[in-house]
Parts: sequence; structure tokens; C-alpha cells
Amino acid sequence: MTLILLPILLGIPALGALILGFLPARTGAAWMNVAFSAATLAVAGVFVSGPLPPPTLFVLVDDLNRLMIALIAFVGFTTSLFSVGYLQREIDSGHLKGFPARLYHPLFQIFVGMMLLAVVSNNLGVLWVAMEGGTLATVFLVASAQTDQAIRAAWKYLMLCSVGIALALLGTTLIYFAAQPVLGEGLNAMAWSGLQEVAADLNPALMGMAFVFLLVGYGTKIGLVPLHAWLPDAHGEGPAPVSAMLSGLFLGVGLVALLRIKTLMGPLVSPLIPGPAMMALGLVSLAFSGFMLYRRRYYKFGLAYSSIEHMGIATFALGLGGPLAAFAGLLHLLAHGLIKASLFSIGGVVVQIKGVQDMKALRDLTTTHPMVGWALVAGFLALMGLPPFGLFLSELLLLVAVVTVQPWLAVVLALGILVATGALLLFLQRMAFGKEPGLPGLDAGAAIELPAVGKPVEWSKASLCVFLMIPVGLNLAAAVALGLGLLGPVGDWLVRAAKVVGS
Amino acid sequence: MIFALPLEPATLADIAQALSVGVMLCGFWMLLQRRLVNVVRTYAAQAFLLALAAAWQAYVQDERQLLTTAVIILVAKALIVPAVLNRIIVKLDLRRSVATSVGFGRGLVGAMGLVGFSMLLVFPVTTTSGALTRETLAMALSVVFLGFWMIITRNRAISQVIALMALENGVLLAVVGVKGMPLVVEMITAVLVLLTFMVFGIFFFHIRTRFDSLDVRNLERVHIIPWLRSS
Repeated sequence: MTLILLPILLGIPALGALILGFLPARTGAAWMNVAFSAATLAVAGVFVSGPLPPPTLFVLVDDLNRLMIALIAFVGFTTSLFSVGYLQREIDSGHLKGFPARLYHPLFQIFVGMMLLAVVSNNLGVLWVAMEGGTLATVFLVASAQTDQAIRAAWKYLMLCSVGIALALLGTTLIYFAAQPVLGEGLNAMAWSGLQEVAADLNPALMGMAFVFLLVGYGTKIGLVPLHAWLPDAHGEGPAPVSAMLSGLFLGVGLVALLRIKTLMGPLVSPLIPGPAMMALGLVSLAFSGFMLYRRRYYKFGLAYSSIEHMGIATFALGLGGPLAAFAGLLHLLAHGLIKASLFSIGGVVVQIKGVQDMKALRDLTTTHPMVGWALVAGFLALMGLPPFGLFLSELLLLVAVVTVQPWLAVVLALGILVATGALLLFLQRMAFGKEPGLPGLDAGAAIELPAVGKPVEWSKASLCVFLMIPVGLNLAAAVALGLGLLGPVGDWLVRAAKVVGS
Repeated sequence: MIFALPLEPATLADIAQALSVGVMLCGFWMLLQRRLVNVVRTYAAQAFLLALAAAWQAYVQDERQLLTTAVIILVAKALIVPAVLNRIIVKLDLRRSVATSVGFGRGLVGAMGLVGFSMLLVFPVTTTSGALTRETLAMALSVVFLGFWMIITRNRAISQVIALMALENGVLLAVVGVKGMPLVVEMITAVLVLLTFMVFGIFFFHIRTRFDSLDVRNLERVHIIPWLRSS
């Protein structure tokens, strides 16, 4: 029964892309985009709550996938709702016109479809294809403003991610090469479930080499330092809903792909141990982005660096392994996806109503635009890892897990989180309540050119409620539910998934 | 076999190996070219050899699907891509320049080191595997490293594009050389070709939208790896 739903789940975005491709980019298309995303969410809800089907050569649905399917469908839906209001204003103000405006909705659906395909795929080759498909769809979206900066950002994104993905493909080939003597030729030697059964018999040296390539390849997608160079530009220049989905979904799916490979390496004694490699990259990302945050002038670039920080934390947790750390890492991944999607949406509205991205000019929003301002406060508190939001629980659990393994690592981790939180607090203080110009530290010369922004755009109270408050409210409510442990079945999936990937 | 040639199995393997060595040598040759037009020519030769290698693997492994891959590679990578690249070079008047951030001599030494490194990497870990794919894998890895090296040592966006495609050629060499990698090969090739056209799409899009302002070289100043920028 459940497997019958899968073609529908993947078919809705495909059909959506096809139909929306032939519609003009006015509100009609935007609402149809919402309808398709809602249908995806509904089918995904039924799909993930059903019993788990046994893995086939191409399809694998386990607890880890359930979590990701739920996240993708949910964030896809909330972001599509936000897109309606945001895109209308971008088109009205002339930021988005012509061909890119038409392409927006089909590419939105393609991206969601590709992410779903990536997480349900049991075949490492199909996983690779889906990741690259998702990248290609978003490259156009990032470039859609057609300014010099946007095209440069898209170019950088395309080139860096292409190099990364080429290396990931080589890694995938090496895994097949290692599996072939054990599993024989054919699809089974590329299926993750098949590989996992024989993981102990694979050639350790070959798998170690494969892991290096896959770590670099998928690490580029995750945005781990030093492979992150594309990330701030792509997030900063793309339309706000695209940044929301890139940050909330794309990075996480990349991490899940890497996690799958790491799990295969578990029983092997290879020259390269995957856990510490991931932990090291995670910590470097955390430290680097924490300090870089203080030098950011532009709102969305700041959020992008915060994404690097949080992906660093999640990568560290999943690299550490063990059920508790893996639980914390997966929880962090989910909560970050929800919260960051909200903050990019809020940020998109802020930039539209103010007409600037420069945080020097964005201040005292709680007075000038109370609704947006307080949403921003809520979002930032969530991002800083305060209770009752999900990131609080995940960071707390992670620290507990680290203390039991390596106490000094806990100190490093806590310091890294504190540094980043300090920067976010500065942003929040300034943007939400700040009156006087020129807080120290934030004005230090950022070398990025001024992103193209235009005249302020009006958002009426009613449209703010529908297009901003509802999606952001839904996302943040889900993040609170994660933080309070009000998880329902999601909690069981998390625990079981953590057992699989944490072993 | 689709049809039997009067050849020993060892000879079949030798020919496959010779083709993969040819692909690798093209990667080397590319690094030696001082004029962009010649870089494109060398790239076309590499893609042609890769298509031949894929076709040969189709014969050796008796996998007709690989013939499709060979045809895709031949048409897209060996014919269309060089033609489009040449058009861009003419349009932007880039015929003479191959801007490097590392001198030719040092660049070559580095490249030789990378080829040696990839052999040292592959040979010790693949003793249990069949000889046919082992050498191919080493060559493929060399091509990937050479492409990577070229991306790092070249400043211009167009050189980086060519280097990226050369790097992809290396990955494809590995993909077609590993025996019996099922079905997925076509999908992978198709995605890589799609990627190629996206790259050109952005290039031409940029040229078209910025044509009046004569600002077409803007893209040329993008440093994709910021800490390696030269002057």
C-alpha cells in the first residue's frame, strides 16, 4: 500500500512543474504552486505515517527518510505560501521579470521533487542525480534577479558545486568498485540497503578513498568550511523563498547523503575514519562562521553564515556518532531547517519593506513594523538556541553527549556556539530595537558589493498575516514542538533513525 | 559479444587501457597549451577519445547501453561543446590568452606529481580487483586531478569551464570503465550534459543582457576559490 503512494508523492511535483511551466507567472500560478505543495504535504503525511515498505533496488524508506520527507514537504508547503506574497511584490516592483519570473514556480516544484527523490532513493547513483538536479534547478532561481551580483553568485554556485559533485560521482563509482567483488555486478551493488548488509566485507582502503571524495563532494553541498565559498553568495542573492529552501532543505539533504555513506563505513577499519573527519570539518565550520558572522553587513549573508555554523554543529554531532549525539544531530538538522526557512522569509519581507539589505539601515523594526519586528525577534531567539525551540534541546543533548566522550571537545563546541550566538544577538539587538547608528564591530569593511535592492514595497496587514505570519508561525510552532519533545511519532522515528546512523 | 573480433582478451584490455591513457595524455596536453583555441581543440580530442573508450567498453563488456553513452559523449562533449566554446572565445575576443596563476614549468611538475599520486593511491588498494578496470581507474583519477589542477591554476572563467569539463571527462572515464555499473550511467551522462548546457546558458545569458554596457568580462572576474586568487 505504502509503495503505491510513492509514485504519487514524486509525481505531484513533477506534474506541478509541467503544468506550471505552461502558466504565466501571476498569482494564479503562485496559488497553484501552493496547491501542489499542499498536495505533496498531504500525500507525504499519509506516506510517512504508514508502515515501512521493504527496500527495493531503487527505493528505501526508513526512519531517517521519513523525517526528511516530512521536513521537505512541510517546509516546501510553508515556503510556497510565503512565495505568493513575496513573489507578487518582486514582480510588481520589477525585480523579477520575464523568463525568470515564469520559471520560478516550475523550478520550485522540480527542486522539491528532486529533494524528495534524493532522500527516498536507495541507489547511490540516483541519489547523486537527484542532488545535482536540485542544484541545477536552484542555479536558475539564484540568478533570477538578473543583476550582475546575482549572476555571479549563480556562476560561483554552479562551478563550485559542479566540481564537488563530480568528485562525489567518482566516490560513488569507487563504492560500486568496492562492492562489486562482494555483491556482484548489477543494481544491488549500488543499493544502500544491499551495501549496508555487507558493509564489513568491503575493501576498507577503497571505501576510505571513496569517503574522501564523497566528503568533499557532498561537503560542498552542505557548505562545510573550506568548501563553503558558494553558500553566502547564493543565499544572499537568490529570492528569499529560494534561500529559505536552500538553507532549510538542500544543505540538510546533502548531510543525510553523507551520513548514509558514513554509516557504510561503520564496521570497517579503514585508513581514514569518517567520524573524526566529519567532526573536524564541523568544528572548523562552526568556529570560522562564528567569527565571520561579526563582519557581516547584509542581512541574508549573515543568515547564510549562520547556516554554515549550524550545519557545522549537525555534522559534528553526526560525526561523533552514538545514539545520543546522532539524535541531537538529526534534531538539529530538522529544527535548523524549520527555523532558517522562517528567518529567510522574514528577512525577505524586511528587505522589501525597507528597500535595503544593509543592516546599518535596518533598525528598530519592532517600532516601525511591529508585526515583522516581533516575528524577527522570535526567529532570532529560536536561531540562537533558546528554549523552547528545537535548537536548544539539540545543542544541550549534543553537549551532554560530547562531555561523556571528550570533555575538552565540549568546551570548544560550547565556545563556538557562544561566539556565533553573540553575533546573532548583536544583529537582533540592532535590527529589532537599535536606535543609534554605528555599533562597534558590525561596520568593519565587508568586501561584498551592495546587493541590488530597490524602493520600499508595501505589505498590508492582511497580506502579512496570510503570507508571512502563517508560514512562519507554522515553522516556528513545529520548531517549538521539537524543542518540547511534543513529537508524537516523529520522536520514535528520531530515536530509531539515531540508532541506525549512530552505531 | 555483439560481434566477435579475432582478438585475445588481453589485447581487448590493452586497447581499453591505451584509450584511457590517451584521455589522460590529453589532460596533460591541455595544461601545456598557451592559446585558448588550442586548449579547446585538445579538449575536443579528449572527449573524442573518451567516446571511443566508452564504445570500446560497450564492446568488451557486451553492454549495448554504453553505446548510447558513447554517442551522447561524442555529440555533446566532442562536437557541440567545443563549437560553443569557440563561439564564446570569438565573441569575447579571448583567442590569445591563457592566464595562469602558476608558471607553466611549475604547473607541469605539479601535474606530473598528481598523476603519480593517483597511481600510488589506486594501485595498492585495488589488488583484488580485475586488471581491466584498475588501470582505467588510475587514469581516470589522474584526469580528475589534472582537471582540478587546471581549475586552480587558471584565472579566466572560460578556462575554468574547460577544466571542469575535462574533470568530468575523467569521472566519466571511471564510470564507463567500471564493469557493469548498471543503467545509472545514462542518467549520469544526461545530467552532466544538462549541467554543461546550464553553464553555457548562464554565459550567453550574461553576454546577451550585458551586451550594451560592454561589461561582458564581469564574469571573468569571479574567483570561485577566493584564497587562490592571483594579483
